[in-house]
Amino acid sequence: MNKEELKTKLAELLPALPADDTSTWLSLPIDASELLSVMPLLRKELDLDFMFCVTGVDWKTHFSVVYHLTSTKDRSTVLVVKAKVADRENPSIATVCDIWRTAEFHELEAYDFFGIVFTGHPGLRRLFLPEDWKGWPMRKDYSDPVNMITL
Amino acid sequence: MYSTREEIGTNEEGDLIINIGPQHPSTHGVLHLVVTLSGETIKKVEPHLGYIHRSIEKMCESLNYRQFIYSTSRMDYLSSHINNQGCALAVEQGLGIEVPARAQAIRVLMAELTRLASHQLWWAALAMDLGAITPFFHAFRERELINEIMEETCGARLTMNYSAPGGVMYDLHPNFQARVKSFITEFKGKIDEYDELVTGNVIFQARMKGVGFISREDAISYGCSGPTARGSGISSDIRKVAPYDGYDKLQFDESLETAGDCFARYLVRMREMRTSLAIIEQLIDSIPEGDFQAKTKAVLKLPKGEYYSRVETARGEFGVYIISEGAMTPYRIKYRSPGFSNLSALDHMSRGAKIGDLVAMMGTLDLVIPDIDR
Repeated sequence: MNKEELKTKLAELLPALPADDTSTWLSLPIDASELLSVMPLLRKELDLDFMFCVTGVDWKTHFSVVYHLTSTKDRSTVLVVKAKVADRENPSIATVCDIWRTAEFHELEAYDFFGIVFTGHPGLRRLFLPEDWKGWPMRKDYSDPVNMITL
Repeated sequence: MYSTREEIGTNEEGDLIINIGPQHPSTHGVLHLVVTLSGETIKKVEPHLGYIHRSIEKMCESLNYRQFIYSTSRMDYLSSHINNQGCALAVEQGLGIEVPARAQAIRVLMAELTRLASHQLWWAALAMDLGAITPFFHAFRERELINEIMEETCGARLTMNYSAPGGVMYDLHPNFQARVKSFITEFKGKIDEYDELVTGNVIFQARMKGVGFISREDAISYGCSGPTARGSGISSDIRKVAPYDGYDKLQFDESLETAGDCFARYLVRMREMRTSLAIIEQLIDSIPEGDFQAKTKAVLKLPKGEYYSRVETARGEFGVYIISEGAMTPYRIKYRSPGFSNLSALDHMSRGAKIGDLVAMMGTLDLVIPDIDR
């Protein structure tokens, strides 16, 4: 499925959510609260069975979690789902690791570095950093005067 | 004498909990696995990472678009050229740079040599993990030839730093073609020797067949890529499914196996070595003339937007995701490392297996820890 076909298909499937085609791949901006109604539908109806990347992004006012999805049956179909996590104080979003098992590890990474809590995750823990680490190092406002060198 | 449960190291159900690594010879780096055992049977494997985490992604946020490429050589150090290539492709995508045909050919040649060297080391280490010492010396003898070719052209043996936005850093060394050709002739005989030495070995096959099985569906769900996915019959070679740098003009087959066990992953990698040789042979006499680098501005600024490039490293799909706000440095960079997703499948594929087979599974996943930790 190329970009245009995917766009038409998405408009039928999710008429309330407009897709954004300014980048190479089609992207679908959604709110974190809509994640659990959108993701299973994409997996089932568009057969997007391969999640190849999950990225946490700190936008200073809010966070977003970006999911890159493709299909192993039709590799030309690529969709980027961008979920906005508005609450910066207590960021949380639902887990999708029961749909794509790979999300389990990727979500741990986003939790470890951004402090985004994935509700329903089977074992949320610090994956890279020690258990007693304070703070979320990949956030833009993180500071560590001893170990960090700013250029 | 140990008396309490904590001292013996068991949980409430009486299962033994042991730590494999972070300093264990078979983990090839500092991977720490907490393994729950019932007798000799594995009930759970929990990886604990971060022993060599350098936060390259955060570091890249303060490096410009020429500098950040070189930090990725230190991630998957066995595929460093291919990592660099992925980064260069992402920057080129953002700036809309047309890469000259010569630069593309050089990049592909270097990428395939890198893949060969990486698979040689994998083969050597896997055989050693399973108790065969000799293959290690065989493979390192041939790997040295590749490293010398790299050193001559790129100036480094492992962290080549050869790709740059728009092409490659400098032109090929005049000796390059002759040396690569003599290497091909030599290695063709040697790879048959590899097969004779290990592939057909009964003990080796008994250690691999039926061990570490992962089904096609599970491999997809766990985000496996590279030889790990292809061993389960998933067509996932980025060189085929989303060609870059002129791979679409080359003739080669994707190696697929359907058994999904350690031996299937082994066969995929062995065949990939031959594929890489074939690709190098196709290109070595027909490297186009012309520039080795496109003309670029001294200061690169990517327009506001998002760019993603995918390449096939020796371990699988490597992705570079750049979010740019139009500045000289990226706003956010995410590296999708193949080893990270492949490692997440280890728990699933090892449950119910014997502890002695865990080493074979780790060996055929071909884990490189800096690639996982980043």
